[in-house]
Amino acid sequence: MNFKHKYVFLFPGLFVLIGILIFPIIFTIRLSLSGWNSYTPEMNFIGITNYIRLFTDDPRFWESFFRLSFLSVTTVILQYIIGFALALIVWREIKFKRFFRVIFLIPMMTTPVIMTVIWRTFFHESLGPVNDLLGNLGVKPILWLSDPVIAKFTVIIVEVWQWTPFMFLLLLAGLLSLPKEPFLAAAIDGASPFRKFVYVTFPLMAPISIGAIIIRLIEASKIMDTVFVLTSGGPGTATETSSFYIYIKGLREFQMGYAATLSFTYLVIMIISLTIIAKVLTKLMIKE
Amino acid sequence: MKTIKTCVTALISALLVFSPVAYADKWSDQFPHIKATGDIPGECSYESMSKKNYKGKTLKINTHAVPVMGEPTALHAEQFAKLTGAKVDVTHTPAGDLYAKAMVPFQAGQAPYDIVFGFSNFINDWKRYLEPVPKKYVEMKQMQDVTPSHIGIASWDGVMYQFPVDGDRHYLKYRKDVIDNPKYQKKYKADTGKELRVPQTWKEYGEMAAYFNGWDWDGDGEKEYGSAEVMKKDDLMYAAFYSRSAAYSKNPKTPGGFFFDLKTMKPLINNPGFVEALTDWVAATKYVPPGGINFGLGDEIGSFGGGQTLFSFSWDDAFVAAMQPDSPINNKVGAAQLPGAMKVWNRTTNSWDEGFNQAPFFVWGWAVGVAKKSKEKEMAFDYLCFFANEANHQADIGIGRFGVNPFRNDDFKADVWTQIGWDKDIAQSYVDTLAQMEESKNRVFPLRVPGTFEFNAALATAAAKALAGQLSPQAALDEAAKQWEDILNRVGKDNVRKAYSVGVAMEDNKL
Repeated sequence: MNFKHKYVFLFPGLFVLIGILIFPIIFTIRLSLSGWNSYTPEMNFIGITNYIRLFTDDPRFWESFFRLSFLSVTTVILQYIIGFALALIVWREIKFKRFFRVIFLIPMMTTPVIMTVIWRTFFHESLGPVNDLLGNLGVKPILWLSDPVIAKFTVIIVEVWQWTPFMFLLLLAGLLSLPKEPFLAAAIDGASPFRKFVYVTFPLMAPISIGAIIIRLIEASKIMDTVFVLTSGGPGTATETSSFYIYIKGLREFQMGYAATLSFTYLVIMIISLTIIAKVLTKLMIKE
Repeated sequence: MKTIKTCVTALISALLVFSPVAYADKWSDQFPHIKATGDIPGECSYESMSKKNYKGKTLKINTHAVPVMGEPTALHAEQFAKLTGAKVDVTHTPAGDLYAKAMVPFQAGQAPYDIVFGFSNFINDWKRYLEPVPKKYVEMKQMQDVTPSHIGIASWDGVMYQFPVDGDRHYLKYRKDVIDNPKYQKKYKADTGKELRVPQTWKEYGEMAAYFNGWDWDGDGEKEYGSAEVMKKDDLMYAAFYSRSAAYSKNPKTPGGFFFDLKTMKPLINNPGFVEALTDWVAATKYVPPGGINFGLGDEIGSFGGGQTLFSFSWDDAFVAAMQPDSPINNKVGAAQLPGAMKVWNRTTNSWDEGFNQAPFFVWGWAVGVAKKSKEKEMAFDYLCFFANEANHQADIGIGRFGVNPFRNDDFKADVWTQIGWDKDIAQSYVDTLAQMEESKNRVFPLRVPGTFEFNAALATAAAKALAGQLSPQAALDEAAKQWEDILNRVGKDNVRKAYSVGVAMEDNKL
């Protein structure tokens, strides 16, 4: 068999890669250099006009990006802490261990949009049960969705509830795969549970933790459905995130060219920032 | 022999006289939706449609989500299919995506839908992709009854692109059992020194709403509030803001534009008239129900229609919902024109003109057209004509959730509404309100220019920031005006001016 013929077998995979990854990126870049919108429905060429507009005249995009950074970092930190704690609980020999493992996974298995609708009903300020319950305890109604600061925390609550199970699942898998010897050695040395966690469990879990955090950060940075259903980015622009803003520009205002510019810029920023975050986390959490 | 002859003559006469009723019974038995009127003879009646044969053909429709407009679309599709043998596929789409869902295939030169539902202010962007309504439909009897305002809204440069199925305007809705209640009138007078009456101005509206906010004034054991309004960004709130702005900014002495100065194309939305309206609106956040700042149209309909607030203003739906037999406030509501103002901004003299001013807002409504690239145009127009036939229309306008509102001269007769159970005085005040708006010479029509979505979105974002306390009303509207300038530069001032002049001509009573 001719050696070169082996490359033929790469073609199917290559075509798929070009079709689902390379082509959309190239198309997005080309679209970002056009002024395609509702009144100019064509792939004309306007150079870097859209990029100039983004970097000089669109503070709303940057505000939404910094808001997204706050929301995603906060939610992922909370998910990590709670997910780790839950994983540690069911890692031990406790009663109904299997039952709890399944229970903790339920939020992740529900459909985000539908659950957000239910959360929105819970947090409805005049008709929802949360304020009703608080009222019975003598607490004044809380503006869960209409106060610019509280609304951000409402989004965080929903995101943490929905996605902590994912963190829990990864971390539990990590815990179950840890070698037994270091724990036996620590037990023989008489280490307290706290010292065992700090000096044995946490360092051994570091590579898995970094992986879990990065995966969740990538997912959290695309937050759209929760914001869309829960607050529509409001009140004002208080909960508007980058992806929601790009959606508004592209599919509400039909500024296709400009939305492509936002999307491509966002992609570049995310690749750079997540690479930096991964390196920093590796340096902080994994000791040679 | 003479007796037999007389009997036969009487029988024939009776058949002739009662034949329309016989038709009505026949069709309303099969289609209970029209049981109140039966079929009403016309070019697109049930009887006429039953003679069409579209067997083997498929009609594809993209419409709004159920129930508003989505429910009547699906219902009439099912009826149309039964009558003509056609297959009708109805796709339901959320309001925010209706524009893009049609626009993407339009721009790609495709027609996945024969019929597309949207809003009347899409007309400028959509008209090049829509088939003009054929002459035979424009000239038919049911179309002759459509009011000139709504013919104007459905047309562009004299060509009708949208088939009238709905008529919309914003007006005031109030709780009649409170405003007309002598006990509350006395109490309000004693506490504030002012008369409790249907609010004449937005300031009065605010005072009364604040007074009746946060206590149980209808004795149902629940707290009630002042006003339910559409304040949620990206959920039609810009229309609510224009309604509040019209009285302060639409000056009959300064024709030539409400949104822009037609001569210079300078945006007017940050002038003192609009700022005053936004200042009032920010104050309104204190007298809406908890969470009212996030109310979209559905919430507003549910809140006022469910008896939670004293006032509301927007489309007819909340009023019709409140008047349905199963509503807790059935026959307890009143309609009036939008409140006015005791001053109006004069952009020529750059000062306020003192005196009462009122300006109805003919806000956009549901609109529907047939795709130019559709292969089933005749069937599509027949469906639309059937949708809006007299029997269907009369049944539809009495169901609040359908979102079908008056747009025919016959709709402005009180009898139409008393027949479905409305009190006579409420029906009269309702039709009087609508008729007064039609007759007004100081009306505002929706912005229908290239880039309408961008203009309205920029305004909505700015107004939402003011309502959330992120910016002052002046700063918010300055930001919106700056964005309007940028959009104008992108779209081209002359393009926008050309399109805007059509709306200005309607506002200045030249069309």
